[in-house]
Amino acid sequence: MSYITKSPWIIHYDASSCNGCDIEVLASLTPLYDVERFGIINTGNPKHADIFLITGSVNEQNKEIVQNIYAQMPEPKVVVAIGICASSGGVFRECYNVMGGVDKVIPVDVYVLGCAARPESIIDGVVKGLAVLEERQTALKEGRSIERKVVEVNRSAGKAESANESEVSL
Amino acid sequence: MEFITFVILFPLLLALLLYTIRKDRTRSIVVYAGAAILSIASLLLLYLTYGQEATYFQIQTETFSYLLFIVEVLIGAYLLWLAYTHKRWLVSVLVLAQLALITVAEFGAGHHTEPYLFIDEFSAIMAVIIGVVGSLICVYAVGYMRDWHAHHKGEPDQRRFFFAVMFLFLSAMFGIVFSDNLSWIYAFWEVTTLCSFLLIGYSKSEEATNNAFWALTLNLIGGLAFAGAIVYIKFFSGAPEMMSLKELTLLGPVVALIPVALISFAGLTKSAQMPFSTWLVGAMVAPTPVSALLHSATMVKAGVYIIVRFAPVLQGTALGLLFALIGGVTFFAASCIAASQSNAKKVLAYSTIANLGLIVACAGIGTGSAIWAAIFLILFHAVAKSLLFMSVGTVEHRIGSRDIDSMVGLIHRLPIITTMMLVGIGGMFLPPFGMLIAKWATIQAFLLSFTPVGVVLIGLLAYGSAVTVFFWAKWMGSLIRYDPDQENEEGKVSFSELIPIQIIGFCTIAVCILFPLISAAFLIPFLNRIFGEASSIIGTENTIIVLLMVLLIVALPFSILYYNRKGTPTSQYIAGRTGTAHTFSGSLGMTRTITLDNYYLGSWFAEKNVLPIGTIICIALLIFIGTIAGVSFLTGTSDIVTLSLEGAL
Amino acid sequence: MNLIWIILFLVLAPFVGGLISGIDRIVTARMQGRVGPPILQPFYDIGKLFQKEKLRINGMQNFCILSYLVLIIVAGAIFFGGGDLLLVGFSLMLAHVFLVLAGETANSPYSHIGAQRELLQVMAVEPMLILYAVAFYIVAGSFTVATIIEHGALGISYIWLLPGVFFGLIYIFTIKLRKSPFDLSTSHHGHQELVKGLTTEISGPTFGLYEIAHLYEVVILLGMIGIFFAGAPLLCICALVLLYLLEVFVDCSTARVKWQLMVKSSWLVIGLVAFVNILALSLFW
Repeated sequence: MSYITKSPWIIHYDASSCNGCDIEVLASLTPLYDVERFGIINTGNPKHADIFLITGSVNEQNKEIVQNIYAQMPEPKVVVAIGICASSGGVFRECYNVMGGVDKVIPVDVYVLGCAARPESIIDGVVKGLAVLEERQTALKEGRSIERKVVEVNRSAGKAESANESEVSL
Repeated sequence: MEFITFVILFPLLLALLLYTIRKDRTRSIVVYAGAAILSIASLLLLYLTYGQEATYFQIQTETFSYLLFIVEVLIGAYLLWLAYTHKRWLVSVLVLAQLALITVAEFGAGHHTEPYLFIDEFSAIMAVIIGVVGSLICVYAVGYMRDWHAHHKGEPDQRRFFFAVMFLFLSAMFGIVFSDNLSWIYAFWEVTTLCSFLLIGYSKSEEATNNAFWALTLNLIGGLAFAGAIVYIKFFSGAPEMMSLKELTLLGPVVALIPVALISFAGLTKSAQMPFSTWLVGAMVAPTPVSALLHSATMVKAGVYIIVRFAPVLQGTALGLLFALIGGVTFFAASCIAASQSNAKKVLAYSTIANLGLIVACAGIGTGSAIWAAIFLILFHAVAKSLLFMSVGTVEHRIGSRDIDSMVGLIHRLPIITTMMLVGIGGMFLPPFGMLIAKWATIQAFLLSFTPVGVVLIGLLAYGSAVTVFFWAKWMGSLIRYDPDQENEEGKVSFSELIPIQIIGFCTIAVCILFPLISAAFLIPFLNRIFGEASSIIGTENTIIVLLMVLLIVALPFSILYYNRKGTPTSQYIAGRTGTAHTFSGSLGMTRTITLDNYYLGSWFAEKNVLPIGTIICIALLIFIGTIAGVSFLTGTSDIVTLSLEGAL
Repeated sequence: MNLIWIILFLVLAPFVGGLISGIDRIVTARMQGRVGPPILQPFYDIGKLFQKEKLRINGMQNFCILSYLVLIIVAGAIFFGGGDLLLVGFSLMLAHVFLVLAGETANSPYSHIGAQRELLQVMAVEPMLILYAVAFYIVAGSFTVATIIEHGALGISYIWLLPGVFFGLIYIFTIKLRKSPFDLSTSHHGHQELVKGLTTEISGPTFGLYEIAHLYEVVILLGMIGIFFAGAPLLCICALVLLYLLEVFVDCSTARVKWQLMVKSSWLVIGLVAFVNILALSLFW
């Protein structure tokens, strides 16, 4: 039995976000959304975390930090890029110091789009990440090497809302 | 009998011999051989006392007594001369007063035919501490002093004098624990005062000289009280047979309280209880073997030895409780001060003062179980503390600092010595090890005495132990901090330092495992004789649990081998910054240094805050003791002195 | 020593502790207007931790955590086996020293400060553990849990004789449970202090060991409080439930205090309430 899908602990890092997505990430921890229902805890510590939530685009300053946090997370682990900036660089894509999306520096498994991404989509993205997590858990157990695969949550904010709510209420 | 005279005279002869040897190598060999013989002799002595009654030896020669008197006068004259050349008038006044008292006592009344030497289990255990721990410290000193002189180029090399005094010290200590006649104990007592003075002032710096004179002054105050006790016995008590330690303790509180109070007061000064604690802290200027010797095997142990001897007299009296309170207050205050110190030797010094406080508290309570605890405290403290002092001394020479914060990651740099230090620290406060067993017994002893004072003492002990845990554990934490950049430099430590450290480290664990045996073979018979009935405080079941725990603690570190093979190595988390054990990359490409210092709670427990409070309380208690003794002396009644527990409270 | 109780403790304590912790998390969530995790969540968490990759700062750390767990179990075995209360206190203290060492050996700023604060917590708690044992000795005439319970069944009502000691123990219970306002050295799920304080560098299976040790410890602490009600099992269970709910309430309604306040207040409470209680007993009992 894999416990990992029942107790995914997250670490949240703000790469260079406008704080819009961060507020939404934190909003999902509030009583309204209450992600602890799924056993999700915001640990703030890479060594305890299973899921790495990043908001904002990666720049030269924090490239190393993103990589360092990623490296310090024990396997199996999943990266969820939250918001359009984290997914592709967004409007900052062409800035002189911006490297682009998070996948330029670490492998990303789930992309949650939106500017800012809504809490429902974020929760949905994390839940999608769980499937990846479980797969890696099995791979790890069987001694296979972990394939870093890409799952895309590609929804516009408006549509996602209704779709996600039905999922979440399950 | 021959054995006892041998262990007293042999170090004395060694001292004379060492003073004549100028060659380093020859001296080292003599020290090694002497130490070996002394250790074996003292262990043999312990073995011989097994199952024996206390044995007293009459020496029918007056010559010896006169000889010792001459020694006392010579010491007095030497101290007077020193006081004159250094213009220390207080010292000269104290010496003159003492000489006057002792001359009066010597010629004012005749000698009695008390036994002069004796041996029982307690003496034998003390002898083993002095013989084994003391001579290992001397062995350690051979390598240490070589280094010390390499580090202190300006100092004149007086090592032959140094080693002579060290062995003289041991000889005097043997004298104290084997003498039955108070005037003999007094003579040896003065020799230890002199030796400590000479050793503390070994380096001729101004600080060393000042601290040596300060130690001398405080100890002379104690000596004066001791001399006063002798004069009292000879002229005022009407029971001159009290010159014998045995008779004195047998006579009971009614007759013996004034001399016992005076001599216990002398014991307080010697064992550096508040308000006299400052001399022991000042003594830290001396080279480390001296500190090790003063703190573990000699000097301070002489102080508590004599108080513990008087336990049957102090038991159940108001006076005993006051002494116990002084010990309790000292334990708590000194523990607090130790928590605020970052200087390793000062931490050790204050922890010594604290633990001696505990011993004094036990002696003041004076019941069989309290004395059981007190003797084990003496034993465990002697091994663990000497181990710690020797390790700190060696570390200081290697890393050039005695600051705890600069011992970070020492386990990588000096693995064996650090492991031994961890054993020593563990021995000082961790549960299955020595001191905690004794502390455990102490709590039970205080409870069994079951008076409000006992409860107050337990309160002091409970809070004091909490602080103790704090300062020892943070020290351990610094030592074992992971630091891969340190290089192993154990090879540079000389064998004469490394081997005694390891032997004592082994002894620390051994006495923890063997404590039920020591208790059954020596302590229980001893206590049985004095208190009628006594049994081990710690029951059989608990003893087994404790031993299992010791085994567990010894076995658990082997899991490191397993864990070192397993797992993916990773670095520590510094907010996502990359870095090494000592640095991380800060903003704008700067490399920042990491320093992790300990908490010292300076705003609560600073020396300048706590020491005055402890000193004032203890002085108040001493004044109380003085008043009781004084009133009883003036009125000639002992009612006030012998207030029993119920009456006093 | 009662072997059956020891075995029951060894086997059942983690499950009992886990259930208590699961209920704790749900109650906490409800107090905050949330739904909260499933009741078995603590077991999922620990199960997951043991499936994670083994990261290693150094072997020493893992050894210290292992020793922490083993010694907590030893303390519990002595307690539930009916052994010496002082020895229980000492084993708990030793276990926590190992925990502190685990934090210190990592050479990480966060876990270093966490470890120093843990030491302060030990310092704040230690007098109470000793006085607790002493109080029972005065009343029941023995340090052994077996005798204490026996005397309790015979009609000594400890809670009426030792109300001060009881209150002091409850005060340090919050520190021991690592609940707000005293979650200084490391905090529970959902809280963050100094990243994760003492446990920052402990991850994967080793962290799982730490969590199990904590479950054991919760059971030991509840047992220590429980013997105040020896002889009245129903009352005991009611009191423990109420007490735990009170702790959860305090956790939800207070903010973390500074360590200075923690040490001072707990020393003061122990001194004024528990120690005075014992002193009064020694005069009048």
